[in-house]
Amino acid sequence: MIRAGAKVLLEVKGLRAKVAGVEILKGIDLIVRAGEVHAVMGANGSGKSTFAKALAGHPAYEISGGTAAYDGSDLFALAPEQRARAGLFLGFQYPVEIPGVSNSAFLRLAYNTMRAVRGGDELDPLEFHDYAREKMKLLDMDASFLDRAVNDGFSGGEKKRNEILQMALLEPRLAILDETDSGLDIDALRVVANGVNHLIKPDNAVVLVTHYQRLLNYIVPDYVHVMGGGRIVKTGGKALAEELEARGYDWVSGKPNKDPRLLLT
Amino acid sequence: MIAATHPYIEALLKGYETPRGGVSWLNERRAQALERANALTVPTTRDEEWRFTDISPLTKVHFRPVAAAPKLAMADIAPFIAPEATAHLVFVDGIFAPELSANAGLPYGIVVTNLAAALGTHATVIEPHLARHAGFEQEVFAALNTCYLRDGAFIWVARNQKCPTPVQLLYVSTQKEAAAYPRCLVVAESGSECTLIEDFVSLGDAVYFNDAVTEVVVGEGARVQHVKLQREAGGAFHIATCAVAVAKDAQYASHAITLGARISRHNLNVAQQGEGAEVRMDGLALVSGRQLADTHTLMDHARPSGRSKQLHKCIVGGAAHAVFNGRIVVRPGAQLTDSSQQSRNLLLSGKARVDTKPQLEIFADDVKCSHGATVGQLDAEQLFYLSSRGLPEGKARNLLTYAFGAEVIDRIPVPSLVEQLEETVLAQTQTVDQP
Repeated sequence: MIRAGAKVLLEVKGLRAKVAGVEILKGIDLIVRAGEVHAVMGANGSGKSTFAKALAGHPAYEISGGTAAYDGSDLFALAPEQRARAGLFLGFQYPVEIPGVSNSAFLRLAYNTMRAVRGGDELDPLEFHDYAREKMKLLDMDASFLDRAVNDGFSGGEKKRNEILQMALLEPRLAILDETDSGLDIDALRVVANGVNHLIKPDNAVVLVTHYQRLLNYIVPDYVHVMGGGRIVKTGGKALAEELEARGYDWVSGKPNKDPRLLLT
Repeated sequence: MIAATHPYIEALLKGYETPRGGVSWLNERRAQALERANALTVPTTRDEEWRFTDISPLTKVHFRPVAAAPKLAMADIAPFIAPEATAHLVFVDGIFAPELSANAGLPYGIVVTNLAAALGTHATVIEPHLARHAGFEQEVFAALNTCYLRDGAFIWVARNQKCPTPVQLLYVSTQKEAAAYPRCLVVAESGSECTLIEDFVSLGDAVYFNDAVTEVVVGEGARVQHVKLQREAGGAFHIATCAVAVAKDAQYASHAITLGARISRHNLNVAQQGEGAEVRMDGLALVSGRQLADTHTLMDHARPSGRSKQLHKCIVGGAAHAVFNGRIVVRPGAQLTDSSQQSRNLLLSGKARVDTKPQLEIFADDVKCSHGATVGQLDAEQLFYLSSRGLPEGKARNLLTYAFGAEVIDRIPVPSLVEQLEETVLAQTQTVDQP
């Protein structure tokens, strides 16, 4: 929800980033205020996942220019775990499998880490189990998820639910969800989107990174940004996503379109 | 007579008394072992079987045989006793401590006692097996152990009997420069079942030497689960040989965990003596500092339709060194053998080292044998995933290191040990220095 005077959570200016020496992000500007839902869309290779990972502090992504202020302080001065503890959350496009670590132990460790930061008491395994079960209902997840190893042998849909479960447990102030919709069938998409919708509150914000418009049928964005060539090339409201769906990414990338009349709009 | 060719062995044999009286067949075997101990020499890295394991520091310490063990209180050893192991035998510096042991109330047909006592009551069970499976012809440490063989642990499970709870053998070391010779014989008759825990611990941080030999006989269709925990003091030396004879359709599973000792060597030799036997060999060595942990295994498929599955893992930090040599022999005629071996190694520092060597010798043509070895570091994507959830890097590393070991630990059939080892490994990974 767009509100005048809402607090700025994230302000990115002229962000440039490299992967393996190749510049992928070439100057991104973005302002996210509390309560807002932003969609970052773009064709494959446009840099949208790089943008998400760079904000979360993935070590393979080197910031080569620009600034990002998170809640008023320099985001890039923080280590990834510090960003997480400050309330930044990245929902992974490909959640990592960690055989040998039980999901419940991992979730509890992450949860208690955040609790400690926020000045709450840690939950013991039994208390946590009850707490997690409540959150899992939201995502239509079976209790057996807690006993399995982290993402190990999970289907694509199970992995994505597990990501949103983490979001529900950690209650981030800024959640960046990287292609949370990819690999989901329509029912799973509805469940996951419903989960996210429940977590959107006036004091937090969500950035949805997605290739397809269909997720935005369920989670309605306040802003839609279209990336191309490592920049945000167009920003608009929800209608922009629908237009993209109809016209394709070539329309904004500036590549010649088969129908030249479309370029006039 | 003592006439060792090697001064170190001569020193170890100093004060050796030729057995008088007692059981004549055992005296004979001891005499043969003494002869071999005299003739053999301490292996060096020039010996193929000890190529990566330099045990010369062992020969620089003046070990002496243990004369008497200190009296320990129950409270001293209580933390080491697995609650599940209602039957347990405790040996202090290699000497049986009946006052600390518990072996009453076992069902009929299950005997857990010390060898010296059992020689009087179960000689016919013991005679065909004791010092028959663990060869000492070429093995100086097995020869030394055997020539000192006076007592030890004895477990007998009669035909079709099931030992309801695990049996724990706790070897507690207390004295510096002590050389002890733990000995164990397990005979699981056909159709029987038992779970054995061999646990080597220390009180204090003395430099001592445990030279252990274990023989396990798994009768036809019997099932033995064998946990070995080596958590000796940091300066200790531990050289152990475990020889297992597996009969037709029998099952044997070994879970060997190596945590302690300055230098350790674990030899596990499993002989499949009947068709259709099934063997599992799990191993985990977690070492740091300047530790050296060597595991040598031999799976001898001598009969058809045997199955063996092996997973050996090493987590090596500091300037530590882990060695794994996994030999699998499939003899002519051992058709339809199904064998797999995996060696997985995690190096936590630039100075850590691992030598892993699969050794397959296959002389039958209709068999399935696979093996693989990997050496690596912690996965960067897994580390980032954990830090992106707020976990500090050190904690994330510990968790992943722990998880690597958990695959082996979680399969141990004694829940309290799993829990205890999980804590131990977590604590130990926290002290492992980071690269």
